Amino acid sequence: MEYFLELLFGGLTRGSIYALIALGYTMVYGIIELINFAHGEIYMIGAFTGLIVAGLLTMLGFPGYSILAIALICAVIWAAAYGYTIEKVAYKPLRGAPRLSPLISAIGMSIFLQNYVMLAQTSDFLPFPELVPEFEFMKGMGSMLSSSELVIVLATVSVCLGLTLFIKYTKLGKAMRATAQNRKMAMLVGINVDMVISATFIIGSSLAAVGGVLIASHIGQINYFIGFIAGIKAFTAAVLGGIGSIPGAMLGALVLGLTEAFATGYVSSDYEDVFAFALLVLILIFRPSGIMGKEKIQKV
Amino acid sequence: MTTDVKNMDQQSFLQSFLSAGCESIPAAFKKSALVAIWFVFLTFPLMVIKVNTIEKTVIWRWENIAYIATTVFFGSFVWRWLLARKELKKDDSKQETKVEAFLTRIQSTPFLKYSLLACIGIVAIIGPLKFVAFGGKFQLLDLYQTNVMISCLLYIVLGLGLNIVVGLAGLLDLGFVAFYAVGAYAYALCNMHWDIGFWYMLPIGAVLGAMLGLILGFPVLRLRGDYLAIVTLGFGEIIRLVLENWGDVTMGPSGISNISRPEFFGTKLGVIGSTSYMYYIMIGLLIFTIFCVNRLQNSRIGRAWLALREDEIACQAMGIDKMKTKLMAFSLGATWAGMAGVVFAAKTTFVNPASFTFWESAIILSIVVIGGMGSIRGVIAGAVILILVPEYLRDFAEFRMLLFGAIMVLVMVFRPQGLISAKRKIYEYKAKTASAGNE
Repeated sequence: MEYFLELLFGGLTRGSIYALIALGYTMVYGIIELINFAHGEIYMIGAFTGLIVAGLLTMLGFPGYSILAIALICAVIWAAAYGYTIEKVAYKPLRGAPRLSPLISAIGMSIFLQNYVMLAQTSDFLPFPELVPEFEFMKGMGSMLSSSELVIVLATVSVCLGLTLFIKYTKLGKAMRATAQNRKMAMLVGINVDMVISATFIIGSSLAAVGGVLIASHIGQINYFIGFIAGIKAFTAAVLGGIGSIPGAMLGALVLGLTEAFATGYVSSDYEDVFAFALLVLILIFRPSGIMGKEKIQKV
Repeated sequence: MTTDVKNMDQQSFLQSFLSAGCESIPAAFKKSALVAIWFVFLTFPLMVIKVNTIEKTVIWRWENIAYIATTVFFGSFVWRWLLARKELKKDDSKQETKVEAFLTRIQSTPFLKYSLLACIGIVAIIGPLKFVAFGGKFQLLDLYQTNVMISCLLYIVLGLGLNIVVGLAGLLDLGFVAFYAVGAYAYALCNMHWDIGFWYMLPIGAVLGAMLGLILGFPVLRLRGDYLAIVTLGFGEIIRLVLENWGDVTMGPSGISNISRPEFFGTKLGVIGSTSYMYYIMIGLLIFTIFCVNRLQNSRIGRAWLALREDEIACQAMGIDKMKTKLMAFSLGATWAGMAGVVFAAKTTFVNPASFTFWESAIILSIVVIGGMGSIRGVIAGAVILILVPEYLRDFAEFRMLLFGAIMVLVMVFRPQGLISAKRKIYEYKAKTASAGNE
């Protein structure tokens, strides 16, 4: 029973991280119908920025909680800046082009960013300091649930809640929904579509950065390559839940996280990534619109 | 304020270059300065600060700020100018570049075409051979360079295979390296267990590739663009992970070594002889591939692929069997990857899963996209540029993938049809002039 709970909480943690990244994928796809391959790299850049800031602050002798807070804020700021810049450089010039072009541009951007970080920093695995201190009341949980896992899940839940409220009740949220529905009509009613798209990228990148810093603190090390795998899995989660749908991304991420945790716990841990890819392939073959998605009618 | 880019005198060209996309030159300078400052801010943590949490040290690389600032400042002028030119050229997108016009002229004149081909052929054939002439030894390509050429030829064959899937049929396949891996591992395993030779495995590799292409193609028939890309990516990764983890069969991450090289009518050649032999085999394979792809392109199935690429629903409405066409594309593309895989295993005599990552797929995709989707000459040009040039610039090896990514983005933004775009066959009818007694 304890093992089951341990796997359950592990799955929730994974699911939370996937959710934070998947939301970025699904929002961008909903708005400009592009799979942002470079999104996984934003997550990785957020983690790296967090590492750099945290390392710097640790050496300057800042107290524990403030390091976490400042590292998170810095990671969010810089990841948002990268997301905004990537959109302006690689996707905006290709807005009217056939679908293959922005996709290949995204792949190119992903490769560029991976190697940029590898060259600017290092190709080794960098150790990431434990930013979340152990809470007193968690001691009784033992190996089932650790403090950082709890922080991750709580952070994700609050972020998702915040995002849902934002999309539903604020003006910008309404503008985003409108642009996702029909871009030309949104322009006609006076929505600044460029700004809305940039805002989407910024929000998505911020979420990914939060996920990056928290999971890096939990796992303890980062590397320029983590964005690729995390990106694919988060994309799986987004597609599983129905790409373009925000609650779908959260649901899909949860399902994927739990599936992965239980599969690696009970079946085999070697094939961890294979489960995610196989699930992705199966979903795309049998139900491409995902759990909460609508069937898309293709018009000539 | 529109300016015609072509008819300019020098002074005005500089003016239009500097002020492209802005109202005036001072405004352009201000914009570039702001962009440079933004990029300095953007890259500050990653480029300037290097933290070592174990040793508790920080390295500050302030000089990177200067590099980034200057590069971005000047680069932003070029970027804006190129974007402005792209806007102007939007209407005549069918314009040929000078290179394309030059190549077309050569290909239309039989004399030029055949003499060029003969020159290339002679250079290619005498490549690895040693001569004693003019009073000294003479060899065009030494062992290392022959290996490099074999590598390049392998990528050309792979590029042509992927060209069938992506360039002609428009099916974005990001897991192409899986067929390559299957061909290589098939030869490696058969050679290791049952000592099957290279020449028997070559057709078997092709058949295996075709079968795997069919297996991949069946489930993805219904998928469009983005989804297809991701599923094929997933397939590619699944194959690689299975190769890595199924240690009992595939020997896991350590790979399979001591794969035998191809035999020359029963005699085993040494390293140098084998390399030259493989070079000629690859040239033969390349000629075969070019011939096949050329014939396929101009056949019924080739035109069906082009129709499929342009508009899937319209193509179905015209009576083209979508399923058959897609499956043919996948399996034919995979056939060549399988054959190339067998040759690769024979060339390096060692295979392990690390040679078949997603990045290999990305490189092959870059070759097709940057060279020119759907055009054979384009793929050859792309492979030559992307494979040969980095080999001779070995010092900059670590920047290779960085440049790949950047070039992919730049080519997509500024020249989506690639370096040498595909040429459809054009038949020109000349009107008959009225002459006495002919009407």
